[in-house]
Amino acid sequence: MAVTQTTPTRMELTRLKKKLVTAVRGHKLLKDKRDELMRQFLDLAKENMELRKAVEEGIRKANANFVTAKASMPEEALHTALMAPKQEVYLEAERKNVMSVEIPVFEYRTRTADPNDIYSYGFAFTSGDLDDAVRSLADVLPQMLELAEKEKACQLLAAEIEKTRRRVNALEHVMIPETRESIRYITMKLDENERSSQIRLLKVKDMMLKEILGTP
Amino acid sequence: MYKTAVLGAYDSIYGFAALGVDTFPAATPGEGKARLRKLTDSGYAVIYITEALAAALPEEIERYKGRFLPALIQIPGVSGNTGAGVAGVKKSVEQAVGSDILFSEKQ
Repeated sequence: MAVTQTTPTRMELTRLKKKLVTAVRGHKLLKDKRDELMRQFLDLAKENMELRKAVEEGIRKANANFVTAKASMPEEALHTALMAPKQEVYLEAERKNVMSVEIPVFEYRTRTADPNDIYSYGFAFTSGDLDDAVRSLADVLPQMLELAEKEKACQLLAAEIEKTRRRVNALEHVMIPETRESIRYITMKLDENERSSQIRLLKVKDMMLKEILGTP
Repeated sequence: MYKTAVLGAYDSIYGFAALGVDTFPAATPGEGKARLRKLTDSGYAVIYITEALAAALPEEIERYKGRFLPALIQIPGVSGNTGAGVAGVKKSVEQAVGSDILFSEKQ
């Protein structure tokens, strides 16, 4: 242990005692932070999983619809139909602070308010299946954006929890025991010094008494 | 003001164009990587990436995990769900808790 490196002085003892108080307080705070992060994270992870399953199911259905659409019209026509989209999706990303972790909150806007602007083609040369396919994908989009927000938050929180947990463990199992050990060592050493000087004084007193009384 | 993008094989992503999400077809992992790097520097907050492409670029996905933006979200492609997205959520839980206590029994 680090005991051998500490100089057994009173100044060092005061310094170490102060350090211990700070470490214990930091440990308590970090532990609280970890617990709260964990609580929030578990809720978020559950939501994340549910959303993900919903989104994956939605995309699966949309993909199936697109395959049907592709089958029922020439590929060139399909590509041309989707070449120049009318609609555009914009995101506003705000920062939300969760226990000093910044997580994004997305708010999305579309360029035009008309929900029918997702059909960027004339209906004459495309199959009706394409309309269904585009519609089914458009229905999943809000959930997809929510998923992006939740999943990112989950990833950021997970990283922060890992970091906090390491700090808590380092304080609990390394820093605090080592400081305690050093304090104990210095206290013992100082006590020992005090005892030895006491004994020295007693011895000197004995010697002086002997000299004065002149015992043979 | 941020934009959203979808990255992956053309057949998996072309539908998103109609919704106003920018689509970027990438046939090979190398192309996907170059495109991804470009996108992350040009104002995209959310980038959806197909699981198939993401599987070929694990280190790129990892790179952006700790950043505030962009959010890289894996989505299943037209060839089916590989389960990589769900595995990603489980990995987060594992990283935070130490073991997967939420979803392990539901497998």
